[in-house]
Amino acid sequence: MLKDTPCFLPLYGKKSRSNTLLSKLYRLALPLGMLSTAMTAQADELEITLPTLNVAEYHAPYVAAWLADERGKRVVDIAVWYDTDMANNEGEKWLKDLRMWWRRSGRSASMPIDGVSGATRRPGTSTIALDGRFDDVAAGDYFIWVEAARELGGRETLKVPVSLPVKQTVNASAEGQHELSSITLHMEPAQ
Amino acid sequence: MKKSLLIGATALALTLASPFSQAHRVWIKPSTTSVSGDSEWITFDVAVANGIFHPDHFAYPAERLSVVSPSGNPVDIQNQQKLRYRSVFDVELTESGTYKVFNASQSLVAFWKDEDGERHFWPGRGKTGTVEEFYQAVPQDADDLNVMETANRLETYVTLGAPTADNNKLTGKGLELKALTHPNDAYTGEPIDFQFFMSGDKAQGTKVIVVKDGEKYRDTAGGVEVTADKEGKISLQFDEPGMYWLEAEYEDDKAKAPAKKRRASYVLVFEVLPL
Repeated sequence: MLKDTPCFLPLYGKKSRSNTLLSKLYRLALPLGMLSTAMTAQADELEITLPTLNVAEYHAPYVAAWLADERGKRVVDIAVWYDTDMANNEGEKWLKDLRMWWRRSGRSASMPIDGVSGATRRPGTSTIALDGRFDDVAAGDYFIWVEAARELGGRETLKVPVSLPVKQTVNASAEGQHELSSITLHMEPAQ
Repeated sequence: MKKSLLIGATALALTLASPFSQAHRVWIKPSTTSVSGDSEWITFDVAVANGIFHPDHFAYPAERLSVVSPSGNPVDIQNQQKLRYRSVFDVELTESGTYKVFNASQSLVAFWKDEDGERHFWPGRGKTGTVEEFYQAVPQDADDLNVMETANRLETYVTLGAPTADNNKLTGKGLELKALTHPNDAYTGEPIDFQFFMSGDKAQGTKVIVVKDGEKYRDTAGGVEVTADKEGKISLQFDEPGMYWLEAEYEDDKAKAPAKKRRASYVLVFEVLPL
């Protein structure tokens, strides 16, 4: 899941996997695609870049990314990065500080969320594979939201629009001010 | 000395029994209202004070409060301490959902003047007056005898995980708030709708004042005053996130004898969160 190792396989597929014949064929073809790298120029992915902050006491931020409809209703959780190392799940104590995500999703979720939640990331760019993850989402206009909240620091949200299903290449990005450097969404139309 | 003590006790009884007629405000203030994790602690201040939320008058006794879990079970108050101007306590939230911390009381009360013109109040500090006791304790021919049914309710809600509504059922006693918007799901820029009921009936005309935290730092108190419509409903909306104190008052003349009036108050502390 690091930037240089694009992940072609959906991280978790059972729920989001479409059952169309085309999609099944596409999935079968994926391993070949990995070998040839010619099948798609680039994978569907979301890049989240966290800033390097010159502060006395730095804690990696909690970050959530999710797909929401135009009214703000959460449709798909994409990622939640939090402190997963603490004893007795104590890292969950601060999930509420991702306050938009907490209201839209987190407070109703049971942590950890399989294929979605994971440990916090250090500053720099992390890439999340999106292939197949929106296959079951109804056609329409959506936003991908990213929210970051840092202990002894601030909170920031960014969003980029996306219309599903993707009909032409999407390259959308948004720049942050404090807790997020940038987010970039790249998606290709289904083959 | 003895007399001043008595007067003190009377003033206290008035304050506790009827924040209505007093400038003092009573509140249970949680440190936070929405928490995450498998379990979490929330710490509370409870006081009768002039300020919102600045304890400066009297420590409300925490032992008068009850805590109910999301599944309806009683929960112990922990680490309780009565300080000079406030009582403090903790509640450990171990069940997912909404907890209610509250006090509810109903009483028959009477005010009168004796031959010397001195004012009296019955049933006294922290006591509940019944009809039988009333006829024994209160001189029926006293001057300015004023008899009322009173009901006072003091509430706050806190949530672990997602808010639940099971703790917001009406009991049909006193002035109650039905949360059309869950108090732990109140956000800036969105309507916050509440409905008031008096003894189970829609409480048209309930007078409501809402004051935001940090009153002492404002030149104007900045409270919002609204009156419930014929359905007993009010709709609020706030631009600023923060902890808010809501007090509702209701009065009518539908009391049972010997009371001539019924008078009820309801207090809620709730948090408006930013998005």
